[in-house]
Amino acid sequence: MTLSAIHASRLRQDRVAQEDLLLFVNACFACTGQREFYGDGHGQRVSLDFLHRYILGNYRALYAQVLALGVNHMNQALIVKNLLATGRDTPAAHRARENALVTRALHTLPTHRAMHLLEDLAKRGVNNRRTRALTQRYLADARSRDFRAVKYRRSFRRAAVHAHAPFTGELGPFLLRGWKERRFTTPLFESFRQGHFAASAIYDLPFTVAEGLAQKHGVRREVFLERIGPKLTHHERLRLSEAREAAGIAADVDWSRQPLVRIASYVLSLSLAQRDERTAELAGAFEASAARAIRSTAARFGRVACVLDRSFSSYGSSEKRRRPLAVALAVAQFLRAASDSFIGLWTHPVSPGGELMVTPRGATDLATPILAALRHEPDLLVVVSDGFDNDPQGLAGQVLEAGARLLPRCFMLHLNPVYDSESFAPKALSPAVPTLGLRDAEDVPTLVSIARFAAESGTMAELSRELDARVRAFLDGAS
Amino acid sequence: MSAALTALPGLRAGSPQVMGAFRIVPLLRESAPGDLRIGKEAYDAYGVVRLDGLPEEPGLSYVSYVPHGLVIAHTQDGAEATLGASIFRGSEGKPRRVKLHHRMVKARTADDGSARFRMLPLHLAMEGFLALHFRGPDILWQEYSDQAARRGLDPRSETSVRGAWLAGFEDAVRLFEIHEHQVGVLVFVADALATVFVVSHPDDYRKLHLSLLEDFFGELLYTYALLYPESPRAESRIDPRAVTDLDHLAREMDRVRTDFRHYTELLAQGLFGRPAHTETVRDLGAFTLQRFYPDFDPREECHIGEQILRRDGTVEYMKTFRLSHAQVRRAYLLEKLAEAEWDLDRAMVLLGAASKTELLKRIANAGFGYLLKPHLVRGLPVDPQSR
Repeated sequence: MTLSAIHASRLRQDRVAQEDLLLFVNACFACTGQREFYGDGHGQRVSLDFLHRYILGNYRALYAQVLALGVNHMNQALIVKNLLATGRDTPAAHRARENALVTRALHTLPTHRAMHLLEDLAKRGVNNRRTRALTQRYLADARSRDFRAVKYRRSFRRAAVHAHAPFTGELGPFLLRGWKERRFTTPLFESFRQGHFAASAIYDLPFTVAEGLAQKHGVRREVFLERIGPKLTHHERLRLSEAREAAGIAADVDWSRQPLVRIASYVLSLSLAQRDERTAELAGAFEASAARAIRSTAARFGRVACVLDRSFSSYGSSEKRRRPLAVALAVAQFLRAASDSFIGLWTHPVSPGGELMVTPRGATDLATPILAALRHEPDLLVVVSDGFDNDPQGLAGQVLEAGARLLPRCFMLHLNPVYDSESFAPKALSPAVPTLGLRDAEDVPTLVSIARFAAESGTMAELSRELDARVRAFLDGAS
Repeated sequence: MSAALTALPGLRAGSPQVMGAFRIVPLLRESAPGDLRIGKEAYDAYGVVRLDGLPEEPGLSYVSYVPHGLVIAHTQDGAEATLGASIFRGSEGKPRRVKLHHRMVKARTADDGSARFRMLPLHLAMEGFLALHFRGPDILWQEYSDQAARRGLDPRSETSVRGAWLAGFEDAVRLFEIHEHQVGVLVFVADALATVFVVSHPDDYRKLHLSLLEDFFGELLYTYALLYPESPRAESRIDPRAVTDLDHLAREMDRVRTDFRHYTELLAQGLFGRPAHTETVRDLGAFTLQRFYPDFDPREECHIGEQILRRDGTVEYMKTFRLSHAQVRRAYLLEKLAEAEWDLDRAMVLLGAASKTELLKRIANAGFGYLLKPHLVRGLPVDPQSR
């Protein structure tokens, strides 16, 4: 083999690796293994599981680095689990970085995800020195140890026993030896014990634990919701806002702390009459959240046109109810706040009440709004859709292609919140326009830069540099 | 003999949505007057329908599984018709196994401005098909059996398949995205027209969309759904390099839509391109309820159906059933026999049979052996495949 042939084959390998990685990252943004409108949950899980195995087997180092890219929590947990389960395949040179990534990922995951991940490792019998050390360190975190032991009692015990974690302090009596048999000096443990006998003690406990005990003591729902107020997390506060208002308590939701998609999902869960009544409040919620997201991402775009899919398929499924529509609504809110001039065009014009009144309805005619968007000559054209255009089939992709030729200055991007299990990627509208999986509206700036990179077909070296920077930023956030 | 069925005036075919073997084309109507409304009444039971006489007397009955009936409300003066609340009640208590119906089309009392009647969709058309030459030979030629003389074709039966049993149809119907102004669909299985379903008002269509699964289909379509997991691809492309500006692009988009519409029309030729016989079942004043059937030509696709037409010819309701080849052959045979006044020698010529034995064999294979004297049938080489 000549030197140039070796070089050519290396380039080819790089190309394949780059495409595989993009495919995998895309899947990890969009797929949660749940049922979608067009695909069932089982197919999604099988397809995603295959991708994970494939990438893990072939590009272990890259696989670990995906943790730093902000893929969804379900996939982060799966990556951590797979890495820990196959620890002996780690090359010695990568060991330190992989350890750092796994540790950091576990600590940044939401607690419930992390606890269930640890429990899952125990269930699957993954027991090696690294897993044990990681579990022990996670569980021993002094600031939240007692809280986790109470709120995730079963998972905590199972993971701790599995990882041979020392049951220091009062953990032993609390988890192993019958908590009823003594008084605790740890305040949370003591409240947990007292809560089983006295209704007044439950209000120091986490909401999920207290809720069951309140039922046991027959506490009236209004009284319980009122008094447990200070213990609610932001998400619980949002979830219970309706119930609290019905009980005559202020909902008191801090909208700026909620991600845009979650607000959108909440808005879409309301009836049209409720949305109409609360338009000002909900619009304010979007503004507050978008403003915070823009501060943290420092994103700014010029003239932006957004084509948003509100066809019937954006209803999602009973597991991901109205998720594609919520994502579209959230992206519209984010881009409106992050651009100099913004125009949002829905597949079916929204009713007079404005975007907040949007419902999943009608067929998917993306071509007409894309043409209308092109007439505004934007710098950035974002299409948010599940990629199934059917009015008529395949036209949207062709219009995008033609548009790309007519307006070479306009950068086009298709964001897809839905993973298509058969093609191992979010369904594309056209090969000429990059299609990326989308999880949160706040990810849009990242995705735009990834798409620009893919469109300019940068080299593997550049990609590695970019990844490296992301990984360092991810690890530097470590506390 | 009437003219060809007009290709649904007042309605516009939208873009097809393809799921597996099924191509479902929405039919759109921009403004529905609302003076004819259609609702569903669920039975989910075997139905015995008395076609003549009173329920307690002996007489002619039609027996089939009848999942639902349609209630049709209409007004004469163009005012909004209302269905009333009563028809939407579910079945109370135990589901009935057999339900007795009186007539295919039965008037309902209504105390408000709308006149209402109940009909059994598709069974109306099917009953018409089964009743073709039902009385049997007019002249008792010597070959015909006693049963043929006494009871005609009775009992006459055909088989069909529930929509839910067509492989993949359930998913296709569930995933279909209903348009805002949609009043109907054309359903194709592997690009063969399976059924046309049209109602008058978009809101009614939205409610009746899932009832497609309860309709019945010919066994031909059942086979097609199994044999062709994917519909043939049909596409019309825009050449991105040839597009000069955005207006040109808009024109090209219109062309693509028109291409799809033409393709749909092409596929539906088997129904709309052929002459049909219509028979008025009920005159409703401003509307007429008809059933129709084509010339039964074994080389062509044949659809039977029922429709409600406005005075100006607008289709306010339509439902069709595609006959399988065996069914068409049976109808063709009966038609030719009747044309020859049931004289087997003349029928032999009309049907192009080489010998009388061949004709007898054809009659027996079509399932009408019971019309012939047993000794004629006994010696025939019966082909079990042909039924």
